[in-house]
Amino acid sequence: MATLEQYWELRLYVAGTTPKSVTALNNLYKYCEEHLHGKYKIEVIDLLLQPQLAEGDQIFAVPTLVRKVPVPIRKIIGDLSNEEKVLVGLNIIPLKPKAIE
Amino acid sequence: MTNEQNPSLLNTQRGLQKSPTGINGLDEITNGGLPSQRPTLICGGAGCGKTLMSIEFIIRGALEFGEPGVFMAFEEKAEELSTNVASLGFDLEQLIQDKLIRVDHVHIERSEIEETGEYDLDGLFIRLSHAIDSIGAKRVVLDTIENLFSGLDNQTILRSELRRLFHWLKEKGVTTIITGERGESSLTRQGLEEYVSDCVILLENRISNQISTRLLRIVKYRGSMHGTNEYPFLIDEEGISVLPVTSLKLNAPISTDNVTSGIENLDNMLGGDGFYKGSSILVSGTAGTGKTSIAATFANATCLEGKKCIYFAFEESPVQIRRNMLSIGIDLNQHLNTGLLEFHSSRPTLYGLEMHLVAIHKKIKKFKPDVVILDPITNLITVGSVSEVKSMLIRLVDYLQNEQITVMFTALALNNTLNEQTDEGISSLVDSWLLIRDIESNGERNRGLYVMKARGKSHSNQVREFIITDNGLDLVDVYLGPEGVLTGSARETHILREQTGIALHGHAISRKDREVTRKRKVLESKIAGLQTEFESVEEELNKIYQEEELKNRIQEQTRLEMIKKRKGIKGKK
Repeated sequence: MATLEQYWELRLYVAGTTPKSVTALNNLYKYCEEHLHGKYKIEVIDLLLQPQLAEGDQIFAVPTLVRKVPVPIRKIIGDLSNEEKVLVGLNIIPLKPKAIE
Repeated sequence: MTNEQNPSLLNTQRGLQKSPTGINGLDEITNGGLPSQRPTLICGGAGCGKTLMSIEFIIRGALEFGEPGVFMAFEEKAEELSTNVASLGFDLEQLIQDKLIRVDHVHIERSEIEETGEYDLDGLFIRLSHAIDSIGAKRVVLDTIENLFSGLDNQTILRSELRRLFHWLKEKGVTTIITGERGESSLTRQGLEEYVSDCVILLENRISNQISTRLLRIVKYRGSMHGTNEYPFLIDEEGISVLPVTSLKLNAPISTDNVTSGIENLDNMLGGDGFYKGSSILVSGTAGTGKTSIAATFANATCLEGKKCIYFAFEESPVQIRRNMLSIGIDLNQHLNTGLLEFHSSRPTLYGLEMHLVAIHKKIKKFKPDVVILDPITNLITVGSVSEVKSMLIRLVDYLQNEQITVMFTALALNNTLNEQTDEGISSLVDSWLLIRDIESNGERNRGLYVMKARGKSHSNQVREFIITDNGLDLVDVYLGPEGVLTGSARETHILREQTGIALHGHAISRKDREVTRKRKVLESKIAGLQTEFESVEEELNKIYQEEELKNRIQEQTRLEMIKKRKGIKGKK
């Protein structure tokens, strides 16, 4: 698989501990463990603590997941509740394709 | 800027605090500026100056009113903005370095973004809040927030977030401008006006007769008086200028001072002193009657008195006017060198009427002349209807009267028949109206000038012949002979004939004088003869008298002698 050699560097921007950000973080960990075990790094940035970082990655909505590596940069906004969209957005080929719900 | 001149505006508006924009004229229309600590919507079609107006609000706020500002650009990058405003003479990069302005470019690239699940725009809030706090901003521009709609799918979230954003901005206490693209049926494409209810300004780029005019209108301004008309505005090297050109009152100050027309005989026709200062003068006539020459003479006379004059030419180039005027002995170049005279030449079709007015206003404001000349106003008809030209001139005259500036228009009359209500219908507007007519007789064409009206002046009712010589202009009396009005060579002949008459008459008089002298001489000599005769008679008489006396005395003596001899000494009496 081509994805085997790849490494995912993900960054999740949140604003404080809101239900949405908690959901997003939980979802992200779940997907990564499932599909990218051992090949990913997640960095969580709280914009309330580091507001100056928002400009660099062009963040305007939270939560936003940014795929830094592999390029090109992709952004997924929202609480990541739709697994399929997240996987497509991150360009991850799911290990076990799910049945269409 | 405007506000500093008129601080009372703010005080009278107790209910609503206003943030002056510093944009020429806009603060007058809005009666002090945009509502402080509230959002204002500027909407309009593409290329009508929304971004420019909002960035000028930020820059002038920082430079003139000490209010730093944040410019959040959804369309242009900071470098692009800097380049754009550099052409207006603002150094945006320097202002950013001085921490007076912060530009934050929000880049939304649809292809990079995937939406899944619930989200909010806290990221934007945090960025904005960070930008505001980092420089202590008082003003914010969001240009244009509608780009969010093209980048994001979830309209429900967007709309509720926008509502929250405007609420948050109000709480934050910043004066905000939001720009929005004009929609088909609503003011903005995304209906932003439903969130911004305090002040809405609509910009428009209207084209009529292939000429585009930028117009500004305040659609609403809650809690404040404001001008409701459409105001033309101009974007030039000094930014935006809006002119509230219609004044409703007729209470311009008046002056009893006079200005000379530069033609002595014309001044005499106007009661001896020329025109009133601050009055408006219309010179009309058919083609080639010397309207421009009168205007140039007036300009020359003004500058010779050390006053300033601005000359708007719509037909000829300044060089052409100067050359032509040299041929009648008027040197306008010297005044250009001393800076007393300024020429502005533009084709009427360069832009719309309103823009002409705005441009004229601007130049007058900058140059502060004593006299303004528009030559000719007739050409403006090509870019507007008669009624439009009239309303434009009314506003111009209105403004000039307020500023106590004398204005002279020239107008081309199209036919030779005297029409008392013609000339772009402005004859009722002007204070003085000089009419030059062609008088055609004996195979030649001559010019006749008369004063149709001169408000407040006991003006002459005479037609004078208007002559253009190498040494300037002059007016001479026309002659009314048995054949009618005499002008030109007929007048010259008449004058010659009269001069001959005078010579003959003079000769006759001198002959009579000589005869009188001669008669006097004769009489005088006669008088001298009589005098001599009288003297000789008198002497004769005197001689007899003296002899008589002598004889008496001698007789007396001899008598006394006789008595002495007879009686000795005793006889002495």
